Amino acid sequence: MDRLRRTMMFVPGNNPAMMQDAYIYHPDSIMLDLEDSVSMAEKDAARLLVYNALKTIDYGNTEMVVRINPLSTPYGKKDIEAVVKAGVHVIRMPKTETAEEVVEVEREIERVEKELGCVGRTQIMAAIESALGICNAYAIATASKRMMGIALGAEDYCANLKTQRSKGGDELRLARETIVVAARAAGIAALDTVYSNLNDMETFRAEVEFIKTLGFDGKSIINPRQIEVVNEVFAPTQKEIDKALTIIAAIKEAEKKGSGVIAVNGKMVDRPVVIRAERTIELAKASGILKEEDIK
Amino acid sequence: MNTIADRNKDIAAAAAKLGKSTYNDSAYKKVPTERKLRQQESPKLATLEEAVRKSGLKDGMTISFHHHFRGGDKVVNMVVDKLAEMGFKDLHLAASSLSDVHAPLITHIKNGVITRISTSGLRGELAKEISHGLMKEPVVFRSHGGRGSAIATGDLHIDVAFLGAPSSDPLGNACGYSRSENAKSICGSLGYALPDARYADKVVIITDDLVPYPNTPNSISERDVDFVVVADSVGDSSKISSGAIRDTKNPRDILLAQQAAKVIINSGYFKDGFSIQTGSGGASLAAVKFLRESMIEKGIVADFALGGITAHMVKLHEEGLIKRLIDVQSFDKVAAESLKSNPMHKEVSANEYASADEPGSAVHYLDIVILSALEVDVNFNVNVLVGSDGIIRGAIGGHPDTAADSALSIIVCPLLRGRIPCVVDEVTTLITPGSSVDVIVTEYGIAVNPGRPELAETLKAAGLNIVDIHDLKNRAAATIGAADPLPFGDKVVGVVMNRDGSVMDVIRNIEE
Repeated sequence: MDRLRRTMMFVPGNNPAMMQDAYIYHPDSIMLDLEDSVSMAEKDAARLLVYNALKTIDYGNTEMVVRINPLSTPYGKKDIEAVVKAGVHVIRMPKTETAEEVVEVEREIERVEKELGCVGRTQIMAAIESALGICNAYAIATASKRMMGIALGAEDYCANLKTQRSKGGDELRLARETIVVAARAAGIAALDTVYSNLNDMETFRAEVEFIKTLGFDGKSIINPRQIEVVNEVFAPTQKEIDKALTIIAAIKEAEKKGSGVIAVNGKMVDRPVVIRAERTIELAKASGILKEEDIK
Repeated sequence: MNTIADRNKDIAAAAAKLGKSTYNDSAYKKVPTERKLRQQESPKLATLEEAVRKSGLKDGMTISFHHHFRGGDKVVNMVVDKLAEMGFKDLHLAASSLSDVHAPLITHIKNGVITRISTSGLRGELAKEISHGLMKEPVVFRSHGGRGSAIATGDLHIDVAFLGAPSSDPLGNACGYSRSENAKSICGSLGYALPDARYADKVVIITDDLVPYPNTPNSISERDVDFVVVADSVGDSSKISSGAIRDTKNPRDILLAQQAAKVIINSGYFKDGFSIQTGSGGASLAAVKFLRESMIEKGIVADFALGGITAHMVKLHEEGLIKRLIDVQSFDKVAAESLKSNPMHKEVSANEYASADEPGSAVHYLDIVILSALEVDVNFNVNVLVGSDGIIRGAIGGHPDTAADSALSIIVCPLLRGRIPCVVDEVTTLITPGSSVDVIVTEYGIAVNPGRPELAETLKAAGLNIVDIHDLKNRAAATIGAADPLPFGDKVVGVVMNRDGSVMDVIRNIEE
């Protein structure tokens, strides 16, 4: 069972107070940003801050992600070196368009990991933010065994498409569906783009409901106030939980009996149903609806 | 015969037996002046200077003030300027609290007009100078309930009280609001001025709206008032609340508020008929918002809300979720207006609010209080007065009073304020003893006083993140590192009184 990634919270890599506080809101993943939220003049300082944040702040079991600058800039390599040394879980590549870019980043990561003696520790995720990237989505998603997920970056994508974001998000439909399908085909996570109007929580909620329906694992968020909404939307209903618990109980029963066949209410239960049940239980636990002792 | 002449002998005998004189009709003179005009001849009306002269104020005496205008107060500076001009020296200034706006007192301390201060708090430049050793005598700090007790018992004897009032009639019936068209200011409750009005030897009301007799309903009665002085302005009402009441958008405040609300809802005290007090900080106000939702959902109505009353509390009262408001200090204009127009919104004195020795003080009947803190320590002690830089920067307020007498006291305090750890080994200054503190809510978890194990169990069972206070302290230390010890000198610049009149702590001067 892969970890939950309902919320990936963006935190500017040049803001120590926000980096320090990010953990208290318990997003599933925290993404410290060295790219767009940091000005040219602050790239080195931010890298040092992010390095030290990863080394010193106790983020508990939160997944730690750092968005690096592209390797085509003078900062990309240095970013990789610093954050891999600091033990980051995932490096997020911005504006990814081809599988080759992923391979290049992987090569850099591996070089640093070899020095440290921890080859394979660092995962990669790619943000797709252009039409070319969407066309190459599956190739990107499968470019490395380190790939943890792919995400949509809607602002650049819309600019590239010569359109802008609308309330209903029609312009993002193909990109979103492509990303989910590519991610699922590659067996990795799919994360949706940010929604930046904090004063319109209703539209935000509708968008989260929509992307959940599409199949996304979660959403990129820019403010802790968005976490509760996402978690509420992703929380399973009691009916879903009850069903999942019955299935899990049936599995345990089957294991006890040494039976390979799982049946619930006389019906065969196949693998995808089991996977979905497991995910429902994880979501229910993460949402606080279900406690560990309830699952026996 | 039984004419009055016949009875004169008996009248004289009765008077002699009672030790009184007999009635002399020639001493009475009818005054035919229209009564409205007669008010203008009230013997209590005076200029500030006349009132001071007639009050008998002398060097070395104690003068007092209230702080209901908070940052907008104009009375303290006006009066002390006048006393300096009149040549007074060596006065003891006993205010219910002092703030940034009282920085001009620095000059009056330097030139010897003011030599002693008693207050609940100090802020701004004045606080900074005093922390650095400006005064020979230490400032005496008391809680609001403690000050009420000290005045009532004579520990703090007030010679002349100068009390600003947004309305008064010429006889001294005074109020924290005005019903006239000329109203210039409003502060709502005059709760902290009431002990002064009642116990001071002489009371001077200073008003910016002299209204016709009778100014009823009134807070301060003419019986307690010796002089009425009219001034251009007694205070800037817009500065009562530090800002307009609005829902906080600070995510950390919202998080702390949610946690505090969850503690309350699951504490066992959250039931029909409960009573509550909250502060005016962002997290406290946001907590009220969450409680409101839960009260509506569960059909719970509170008997009363106490303390500094805010627009939020007024709203809940108007919605029928809180039956009565008990108001010692109105924290904003909405609260002040509500006090003026709503009989269920009751004004109380500092004594009736929070004094330990007052059997009827409201804190004795308080279930839940939410309080803030500058620092807490591993023994649950709280400091709300002295900053982590050793400089006085706050006020005791009703903190120790409400913590001690409530059934459940909750301190909401972030673990980390930037690079300042707020859970420490030992607080810089002891204001509220840990024995009266039940729960500390931080963004990294909730600590419950080991003296309340049943409460810890209840909250844990409800799924709240209950942590050991030492773990919080260690986390803060690990994140921020150890600070250099503060450069305190050996001069005592402040004395902290417990609410029972005992001395609890002292504050030493901080060196540059």
